[in-house]
Amino acid sequence: MATVRLAPVLRAAAGGSKQVSAQGSTLAEVLSDLFQRYPALKEQIQPDHDLSRFVNVYVNDQDVRYLQGLNTAVGANDTVILLPAMAGGERS
Amino acid sequence: MGDASREIMRRARQQVPEWSPSQVRESLAERKGAGPGDQDIVLVDVREKIEWNEGHIPGAIHVPRGYLELQIEEAVPDKNKTVVLYCAGGVRSLMAGATLQQMGYKNVISMAGGFGQWKNSGYNFVVPRTLSDAQSRRYSRHLLIPEVGEAGQFKLLDSKVLLIGAGGLGSPAAYYLAAAGVGTLGIIDADIVDDSNLQRQILHNTERIGQYKAESARETIQALNPDVNVVTYIERLDENNVARIIADYDVILDGTDNFPTRYLLNDASIIANKPVVHGSVFRFEGQLTVFKPYEGPCYRCLHPEPPPPELAPSCAEAGVLGVLPGIIGMLQATETIKLLLGIGEPLVGRLMTYDALAGEFNELRLYRDPHCPACGENAHPENLPTYAEVCAIPARS
Repeated sequence: MATVRLAPVLRAAAGGSKQVSAQGSTLAEVLSDLFQRYPALKEQIQPDHDLSRFVNVYVNDQDVRYLQGLNTAVGANDTVILLPAMAGGERS
Repeated sequence: MGDASREIMRRARQQVPEWSPSQVRESLAERKGAGPGDQDIVLVDVREKIEWNEGHIPGAIHVPRGYLELQIEEAVPDKNKTVVLYCAGGVRSLMAGATLQQMGYKNVISMAGGFGQWKNSGYNFVVPRTLSDAQSRRYSRHLLIPEVGEAGQFKLLDSKVLLIGAGGLGSPAAYYLAAAGVGTLGIIDADIVDDSNLQRQILHNTERIGQYKAESARETIQALNPDVNVVTYIERLDENNVARIIADYDVILDGTDNFPTRYLLNDASIIANKPVVHGSVFRFEGQLTVFKPYEGPCYRCLHPEPPPPELAPSCAEAGVLGVLPGIIGMLQATETIKLLLGIGEPLVGRLMTYDALAGEFNELRLYRDPHCPACGENAHPENLPTYAEVCAIPARS
């Protein structure tokens, strides 16, 4: 089971968890499993076939855009990080 | 002068030939064309450091008479070279000349009349750059670090850093950059100090409520370090002013609070080739990286598009632990100082993330996107969208 870490804005959609487990040998499979457990996350991260452009996905701290994208291999002890941009401040 | 010293002077005058300042000047000029390695004439200033600091002859080396015997052989190993000595008036240099002859130097000259006569003849001299006594004390802890030292402190004093925003991130960053002696801090912020700011925006205080943040920032900074020149811009960064404002600065510190400004700043900094130290915070977590145009990724490489509003709440909506922008802002100041001094490894191509509750720092690898519309192959940073409409920015007043 791979570990999936969620940026703060995404945690509400996963019952408030910062870190969850998901099964799969590629990123696509891991996300698919993730969305089965937490359907609200799918809306935010991958509503269509491709990953949303504003969410960055890292497998073992490397951006998957420079690996094999959704086909990136994910091992049992690997960590997947989902990170949208933050702006903070007084206004957004 | 007593008898013994008169005798010493008499002997020295007999043994050591003297040149006038104009003769020295001519000889130096004649050998100039031969190049530094071929100079067979060396000019040695034997005065005290305080005299040297007030001005000396260009090209001279400094071997104070107190250390003459101990240092001269390392300073001038070739005893066949013509060594021209000078002091303030021409007396100490004669005595130094006699010493050098005893040590085996074959061609020793003393400049008659010394530096005083050189100056009175209207010849060129240089005044080395020095820190004032007050600065030497203020920055003494920097001067003790080999990676900083006097040279580094001069670099900081000569540097110009622009802070976009004097709020949560800008406050701690500006405070520490000012403490470090960064000579010019530009602060662009159109906002007014509000009591809800004071939970984290430590440049301001209760008495400043109602003042422009940029001006409040200037007051605080000036009180901490009068060496710092604070330039305030009470306006918002937009496509009409960004190029003009960032042009004067060496490094830009991004403390903005909205996406359109970050995209605007990104594109302008690429066009102007200015590094941007980026920080952002949310609740208990923060991020930090350095965007160095063409050396590493830019903001658009990292975030080609902004998230929809529901996924990017502001601190006003979602809250933030007050100390968190303090941490990220100070890390931004640290990266800025590293860039200014050219030391260490700035976070180019690395996104540092901090989770305050877990007490964890992590790092993600970032890459330059070869197809990035701002910094990639067929880039056109001059006309890219900043998503102002998408993020529903309130109409500018």
